[in-house]
Amino acid sequence: MSDVADRVKKIVVEHLGVEPDKVVDNANFIDDLGADSLDTVELVMAFEEEFGVEIPDDAAETIVTVGDAVRFLEKNKKS
Amino acid sequence: MFELSGKTALVTGATGGLGQAIARTLHAQGASIAISGTRAEVLQRLAEELGERVHCLPCDLSKPEEVQALVPAAEAALGSLDILVNNAGVTRDRLFLRMKDDDWQSVLDINLTAGFRLARAALKGMMKRRVGRIISITSVIGTTGNAGQGNYAASKAGLAAMSKSLAAEVGSRGITVNCVAPGFIVSPMTDALNDAQKERVLTSIPAGRFGAGGDVAACVAFLASDEASYVTGQTLHVNGGMAMI
Repeated sequence: MSDVADRVKKIVVEHLGVEPDKVVDNANFIDDLGADSLDTVELVMAFEEEFGVEIPDDAAETIVTVGDAVRFLEKNKKS
Repeated sequence: MFELSGKTALVTGATGGLGQAIARTLHAQGASIAISGTRAEVLQRLAEELGERVHCLPCDLSKPEEVQALVPAAEAALGSLDILVNNAGVTRDRLFLRMKDDDWQSVLDINLTAGFRLARAALKGMMKRRVGRIISITSVIGTTGNAGQGNYAASKAGLAAMSKSLAAEVGSRGITVNCVAPGFIVSPMTDALNDAQKERVLTSIPAGRFGAGGDVAACVAFLASDEASYVTGQTLHVNGGMAMI
């Protein structure tokens, strides 16, 4: 697992209080990990802070799985 | 009860009578406060009177760039922001047939849109810390309506509806969103009424007196407190019984 994937996983586990082994690449935040829509907004805020990146609303809407987040952040991260 | 020591608050419109009363009360309950308004010298005088735990943040809410900068400035001055009091408001009273687009828009911009933008900005930190109070000062007019105040009434009703929607969104995050709706409060405007006019208004107020700023401020302090954590999406009417809603 990449460094980005590890950091994303840590944030998701902490924020949603889910078991680490459920946070897999194709896990959907809402359908598989029990997030509500406000959780997804908070996750995006947490990713922004962790990776020093701004995630525009239209990009945020495309981040629905753990893998989506990892791929977006690998491409756009600053830190 | 209603102890606010260690909490931080931003009060807009703190140069007006009601805003000053709210600022004084929150400060007296122990909160560190940032006071905002258009007249810097009035803010400064209030700050000097209150002493410690007060920061002056002059701001013109009719200017979007100043609105945008206000919450970050308050967070920088206070460390974080626990309580936002959207108190600032203006009137541009006109009979409907005479109301210009600008009379409408300027009242909506300052009373409603600035409140929305400040709440949105304050929410980020509140969500992270899982605690927050957003309190908007509305008016009995937002519920009853009033001739000559279509713009003002719409702005206040808008704040109330906005607050309910936001309360539903963030209730699970320890953030409450409420309104306080004053009735007839002693102000330069009520002072200008003659005795006959005052008498007429008073007959419609069961409490038999006009309200004072402190009557409203006490309700704000309650809603800001930990004791009010189960009160959200509500409007607390403070009008001496003038309208029972």
